[in-house]
Amino acid sequence: MSEPDKSTARTIDIVEASLKRRYARERRFKLMGLGAVLLGLLFVTLLFFDIVSKGYTAFVQTHIALEVYFDPAVIDPDGKRDMAEIARADFRKIAREPLAKLFPEVTSRGDKRALYSMLSSGAPYQLSKMVMKEPGLIGTRQVVDLVADDDVDMVVKGNIDRNAPAADRRVNDQMIGWISKLEADGVVKKKFNTRFFTNGDSREPELAGIGGAAAGSFYTLLVTLLLSFPIGVAAAVYLEEFAPKNRWTDLIEVNINNLAAVPSIVFGLLGLAMFINLFGLPRSAPLVGGLVLTLMTLPTIIIAARASLKSVPPSIREAALGVGASKMQTVFHHVLPLAMPGMLTGTIIGMAQALGETAPLLMIGMVAFIVDIPGGPLDPSTVLPVQVYLWADSPERAFVERTSAAILVLLAFLIAMNTFAVIMRRRFERRW
Amino acid sequence: MAVRDEENDMTTAETVIADADLVGAKVRSKAGSRPLDNDFKTIGEVRVNDPRMSCTDVNVFYGDKHAIKHVDLDIAQNQVIAMIGPSGCGKSTFLRCLNRMNDTIDICNVTGEIRLDEVDIYDRKLDVVPLRAQVGMVFQKPNPFPKSIYENIAYGPRIHGLAASRAELDEVVERSLAKAGLWEEVKDRLDQPGTGLSGGQQQRLCIARTIAVDPEVILMDEPCSALDPIATAKVEELIDELRENYTIAIVTHSMQQAARVSQRTAYFHLGHLVEVGDTTQIFTNPRHKLTEDYITGRFG
Repeated sequence: MSEPDKSTARTIDIVEASLKRRYARERRFKLMGLGAVLLGLLFVTLLFFDIVSKGYTAFVQTHIALEVYFDPAVIDPDGKRDMAEIARADFRKIAREPLAKLFPEVTSRGDKRALYSMLSSGAPYQLSKMVMKEPGLIGTRQVVDLVADDDVDMVVKGNIDRNAPAADRRVNDQMIGWISKLEADGVVKKKFNTRFFTNGDSREPELAGIGGAAAGSFYTLLVTLLLSFPIGVAAAVYLEEFAPKNRWTDLIEVNINNLAAVPSIVFGLLGLAMFINLFGLPRSAPLVGGLVLTLMTLPTIIIAARASLKSVPPSIREAALGVGASKMQTVFHHVLPLAMPGMLTGTIIGMAQALGETAPLLMIGMVAFIVDIPGGPLDPSTVLPVQVYLWADSPERAFVERTSAAILVLLAFLIAMNTFAVIMRRRFERRW
Repeated sequence: MAVRDEENDMTTAETVIADADLVGAKVRSKAGSRPLDNDFKTIGEVRVNDPRMSCTDVNVFYGDKHAIKHVDLDIAQNQVIAMIGPSGCGKSTFLRCLNRMNDTIDICNVTGEIRLDEVDIYDRKLDVVPLRAQVGMVFQKPNPFPKSIYENIAYGPRIHGLAASRAELDEVVERSLAKAGLWEEVKDRLDQPGTGLSGGQQQRLCIARTIAVDPEVILMDEPCSALDPIATAKVEELIDELRENYTIAIVTHSMQQAARVSQRTAYFHLGHLVEVGDTTQIFTNPRHKLTEDYITGRFG
């Protein structure tokens, strides 16, 4: 009797001894997992902090409020109010005049040129637009917030240090003195930068905006979505539900999986050779970009769609077949609706990938400097990530904050897309 | 490998059973795994006077595996035939041949002849869609569509165009649910998801869904294996009522269930149809040793 007792006691001892080890191992594993999550969070936070801290200033723009005299002698010497004539008028003179009045001491040619460079080259255009819209302004005096040059903008925002030695900064002491005077006069204003969202690209940072790139991204993604979602889902449904399982379909599967890992620039080269050189589609067009990105996203969508089709329980297929549904009815009435949330997730992931893609678009000419905002998928344009790339390459200090701001906008789009995906998923799941 | 060697030593089932008392459980399992000769002839009357379905020399292969071996069997009108046998004996496979559900498995290959009212259902030209409308199926696990109760029932009639109007469809839904004994329980919540019902209700919903397309034969593959005893009793009662209008073939693991609901019983063993007969005869006076061993619980 005592022997089995002893053996059970020993078993418990062994179990308890090992228990401590097992729990310790579990704790270590948990800590490692937590560490990994924290590390990830740390890097994401750093990234966001860096981008936001660099980029938030781009959402305001320095303006100089000047009392402008819309001199009829300059704008409309004939007094005919001929719009074409007015458009040709020398608004530069009108914009410069109040500045010259503020600084009467500046007389030499070189100094004057430096003084006038405090206004953006977009300022005369700003005035011209005002007059074109409201010809009644001619002959009146108005206080207008004129766009300041990017150097002024940088000094006002503190991105250029006024106290740094003169040799180390782009802006000389004379201009800093003028800026300080303007600030003392209270005419320097920071206003919300709508131009950043509505303008196309520009050589002048203060006039450059992401409007063109955002429109380009929109058309490109539209083409991508319209092509890759139906093609991808159709391919997945055929391969998963209809195709016989043989060597050929195995080969196709291997190829699809390989395509997903092909460097994206290769798709760009393919697009260049096929769509532009062979089919003669326009260069730099969102249509071609969309076609290239379709090639790139298709594997992602097909793989995700197949996985979600596979996850639909076979009992549902059997149930439908059992009441006499044809294969097509089974797939379209029962399997596809159940697989749809997974397919949508895959598609959104593919779209997000396409939105952030740069390399293949460089190959098909979407990297050009394009000022006009594209009006359709055939107009030359660029896309958001390429715009980031272009600005990051520019030497002007003011493009640094614009680069970060463009990244912020890109991130906002990505977050919006993912949120949309989650909402769509929820809605579909509730219906079924 | 050891099992295989010992098997070779045993010449007949009797030897195994004779030793059974001495060695107990160890030998009992061996009788169940001992294959019969390939030219084994089914004991009992496989043919009936008025067959609804008639199977001749049916063989099923899963790739190289010979899963059903030379099975002849008639399924009689307005009768319940139970198919029993140990796991892996092929009874479900055989059942799935009767409405060509095995077509969905790529490697599955069926030979022989199965006739439904004199029509060969394995004819190349035959369309499986009307066949499955004629031979409905209820599965082991309740598998309602993730739709409303109403939609579950209405789906079949709708795709086959059995109801001309919404009112007619409503009627079909009510009648089917009533026949499945579920109407009273769900009539106030037809718009709620079928997946929200209890297991037993779900299975009766699946039966109602099958009835809704008005099949001639209903195949049931262990319809009660996922249900509790009370739900099982309800489904069994239902099967008994359905017999009046339908021909039913049921696969079951429960011998009591086979005894309760069926009029004929077929005993399968490793792909062979060993014995067929009236249920009372099979359970009271089995003629083959394997049948006797199985129903008396010596193995399986």
